[in-house]
Amino acid sequence: MKKISSENEIKLILERISSEIKERHIDMKKVSFIGIKRHGDILAERLKYILSKDTGIKFNVGALDITFYRDDLQMISELPEVKSTEINFDVNGREIILVDDVLYTARTIRAALSEILDFGRPSRIELAVLIDRKQKELPICPDYVGKIIPSSKEEIIDVFLKELEGKDAIFIRKKDEPMET
Amino acid sequence: MSPWKHKHLLGLSSLSKKEITRILDEAREFYKVLERPIPSVPALRGKTILNLFFEPSTRTLMSFTLSEKRLSADSLTFSKTSSSIKKGETLLDTVKYIEAMKIDGIVVRHSSAGVPYYLSQRINAFVINAGDGAHEHPTQALLDLFTARRHFKTLKGLKIAIIGDIKHSRVAKSNIIGFSKMGASVTVCGPPTLIPFGIEKMNAIFEYDLKKAIKDADIIYVLRIQMERQENGMFPSLREYRELFGIAQQNKKKGSIIMHPGPINRGLELTSSMADAPNSLITEQVKTGVAVRMAILYLLGGASEKI
Repeated sequence: MKKISSENEIKLILERISSEIKERHIDMKKVSFIGIKRHGDILAERLKYILSKDTGIKFNVGALDITFYRDDLQMISELPEVKSTEINFDVNGREIILVDDVLYTARTIRAALSEILDFGRPSRIELAVLIDRKQKELPICPDYVGKIIPSSKEEIIDVFLKELEGKDAIFIRKKDEPMET
Repeated sequence: MSPWKHKHLLGLSSLSKKEITRILDEAREFYKVLERPIPSVPALRGKTILNLFFEPSTRTLMSFTLSEKRLSADSLTFSKTSSSIKKGETLLDTVKYIEAMKIDGIVVRHSSAGVPYYLSQRINAFVINAGDGAHEHPTQALLDLFTARRHFKTLKGLKIAIIGDIKHSRVAKSNIIGFSKMGASVTVCGPPTLIPFGIEKMNAIFEYDLKKAIKDADIIYVLRIQMERQENGMFPSLREYRELFGIAQQNKKKGSIIMHPGPINRGLELTSSMADAPNSLITEQVKTGVAVRMAILYLLGGASEKI
């Protein structure tokens, strides 16, 4: 097991991504965030917090559960627990920043895109991730990346966030290694 | 969360309190899906569901068909009147040949109790009971539980009075089982000839006097008088039934609600003013029906293998 990022580093990454978002959006009022559960929604809230403080804009934040849109529902034997999707704003014409913790196969992102498009027609969707594993199986590229960690299918990346796990840290481990607690 | 282990949904008697809660929790998410601009999800894409209705039905059939479409499943409907059953084909043959066309799930309604079970033992597809004789109607009871839980936040400690023909009613049976499993207390009321012998063994209290039965009830659940099953004179006259058991006024219990599985015989078991009263959840029952059936179809048809 190896620590990839500390609390301070995660903070710096989110600050950097926030300024990149600001740099690329002329009209920040059009920006809304949608985070993929679990973790992505928390990261989206943090980005919102940083950018709200900076610009004074009250951004909309939505949370997405992609269970019903998974492409492997017919292949898995155990049904995943369904969490709530909460998008309580009109996505039409918005510039959506889709947020997830780890970009792995990109199939989650594919499912998230389908789900968002069922809510309406945003003018643009961009992808922000904390970690890019460089293992994607679909032609989907992130627009904002925290850290690139090329890793094999035998490895697992664990993200811990204060709101859920009580601390901020990212670890990488072998599949058979126990999880950091 | 533990995996869903039932392949079929034949009745509420085989579900635990925890499993009923799971269905109601999943249904809550589907209820939200129904309020989206595009109220459907691709969860059952590529699955084929057959609605096999040997008895006439409007609401249940439409509700199932819509649920299947909202989950992106392909659905087809078989009804008795336009089929080879008329030419003398047996039930099992009919279903076997339909299954050969690659059907993943069957929703069946039949006038004989036990047909869903019989089919579930003989075919590979999953089976959902949409009402079998006077046995059970689990999806109706689940949507009633969902509607009540949504309204009262919890089912524990609620008092429900079920009024009408308990004996011939599969809705009543499934609801008695469901509400008592979830910790509500159930009172039944109706003409004694229409109360099955041994009702107390189902954890229901029998009350002959309508006024007493509904006095403290949080939910007044009115059953339809099934004209088609009343040919052998189980009560003297419809007028007498209306006088003694028709719901014509509210009870004194604050916050009580009226429910009815439909279709209503207006002016018989329920007056129009009561059916359309602000505390009537009858329309809401229809709305929640789609969400609850989506949850059931998702749990039974969503994954390839059941553990």
